[in-house]
Amino acid sequence: MTDSTDPLYQEIQGPSPRQMLKLRAFGHKGLLFGMGVVGLLVLIAILAPVLAPHDPYAQSLMNRMVPPVFMGGTWEHPLGTDHLGRDYLSRLIYGARVSLLIGAVAALISGVIGTAMGVAAGYFGGKVDAVVTFLINVRLAMPVVLVALAVVAILGGSLTVVVCVLGLLLWDRFAVVMRASTLQVSRRDYVAAAQVIGASTPRILLTEIMPNIFNNLIVVITLEMAHAILLEAALSFLGLGVQPPTPSWGLMVSEGKNMMLFEPWLVLIPGAVLFVLVLAINLMGDGLRDVTAPEGRS
Amino acid sequence: MLPFILKRLGLALLVALTVSFISFSLLFLSGDPAAALAGETASGEDVEAIRRLYGFDRPMLVQYGEWLFSAVQGDFGESYYFKLPVASLIAERLQVTMLLGVCGILFALLTAVPLGVAAAIRPNSLIDRVALFLSVAGQAMPSFWFGLILIVVFAIQLGWLPPSGAATWRHFIMPTIVLGYYAMPAIMRLTRAGMLDVLNSDFIRTARAKGAGEGRVLFKHALRNAIIPVVSLAAVQMGFMLGGSIVVESVFALHGAGFLAWESIARNDLPTVQALILVFSMFYIVFTFLADVLNAWLDPRMRSS
Repeated sequence: MTDSTDPLYQEIQGPSPRQMLKLRAFGHKGLLFGMGVVGLLVLIAILAPVLAPHDPYAQSLMNRMVPPVFMGGTWEHPLGTDHLGRDYLSRLIYGARVSLLIGAVAALISGVIGTAMGVAAGYFGGKVDAVVTFLINVRLAMPVVLVALAVVAILGGSLTVVVCVLGLLLWDRFAVVMRASTLQVSRRDYVAAAQVIGASTPRILLTEIMPNIFNNLIVVITLEMAHAILLEAALSFLGLGVQPPTPSWGLMVSEGKNMMLFEPWLVLIPGAVLFVLVLAINLMGDGLRDVTAPEGRS
Repeated sequence: MLPFILKRLGLALLVALTVSFISFSLLFLSGDPAAALAGETASGEDVEAIRRLYGFDRPMLVQYGEWLFSAVQGDFGESYYFKLPVASLIAERLQVTMLLGVCGILFALLTAVPLGVAAAIRPNSLIDRVALFLSVAGQAMPSFWFGLILIVVFAIQLGWLPPSGAATWRHFIMPTIVLGYYAMPAIMRLTRAGMLDVLNSDFIRTARAKGAGEGRVLFKHALRNAIIPVVSLAAVQMGFMLGGSIVVESVFALHGAGFLAWESIARNDLPTVQALILVFSMFYIVFTFLADVLNAWLDPRMRSS
């Protein structure tokens, strides 16, 4: 019918919703910064074997606690070495793998559990809703750090155990947000229309509800990923998370703690990197919320 | 009001019961608590003896019922490690944690509420941006790292504060800041949003129109309304904070209930761990219950839901 390159058509039509989204995304500094930093760290994690100057596990008792370059060290070990003579930069680079992997998998597991519960509660209501709300209350009452520590201590610390424990504990926000979003969406006319034409419940949930709550889901996934990364670091710091010699940032802070008096950078560097990663993920999540739901901007 | 309280109380009790069951079943996660308790070098007979001594040979539900029955009466059994009644052990250590929790929430409120109000009075001003930056940075800061940095700066470099322990009030300054900043971002955001909302309402315009002073408008009219949801958020955050005190207490070697939890987890002292999980959960349940009742009392619309 109308040629979409026609200037008159363009003028009437204006930018499409997708173009508007792109415009808002590129105008949002926090989102750009967050995505940039997270993208960079993901790249570093993937390319760790290429980027790391040394083997992160190789000990050298002759080169223990070499200071970083900016504190009088050499370029042989740009960020110095730890108490076992392992290259700090290499351990930091491999540590990005641990943090990102745990964050992503834990958020995925809790996302599946929480979304299933939240959507079921929001769509079916009644008894299902009551049960889910009750379970959310129970989950919120349990002290996360304490339960996670206890379970890791009983089952033994390993990457798999930590990921599973966090995944099974952090579904509460998914359930709360997905329940509220589903409640809102399922009152819309198009859902009623789908019900009237006899669409099956799974079909309505998958093709009518899910696509319309997906934006909120992405936001919660990013925020919970940051949460899981912080918790893993705290568990490893307390000695009941990822076990040595795996290079985890929380573990590095804990190992550096004893030398903190003389070599504060052993604590400062891994903690700062952890802070930047979590900050970037949070900014990305906040940015995504602003961009996808502009009416909620304050 | 009374039906609401009773209904809410019933829910709280049901949640507490479920939590108690979960914290008790943690004991059985390892498969055989007797073997875990006896250690790796124990012989089969030793394990058997321990199993009978602690009654692990009975059905789990029977053991749970018995544990719950004595727990309700304040008896959580004897600690495997300290060889003391768990209840008195926790009661003694809880004083430090409670003190820390109260200081922490006061610190959070005293910093977050003024910042939130200031940010709401002038949106997008410098102070609003500073407040936003603090809340975003605060959420991303690993608390154990923040604590260690404070120790490096204020205890080691400047020598102003003691690095660890709980002997004097000065020992509590850094732990209070670390624990309190954790609750700050949420309280500040809610205060800011609430104030923005209230400041745009009709009764504020009326108050200004009749010539009330700006200070009176802000604090007597606006803040009193905006603060209502903040009070209940603070109660919930307090519950979270007590559970989160485990990290802070281990960084500053404060011998409170959180530190006790860490010690007993590392030493496989299951009765103490079970009791602590239950106690920390109970705090959260009680605080949220009080917050809901307070909300319903202040705002009758809440009573129906």
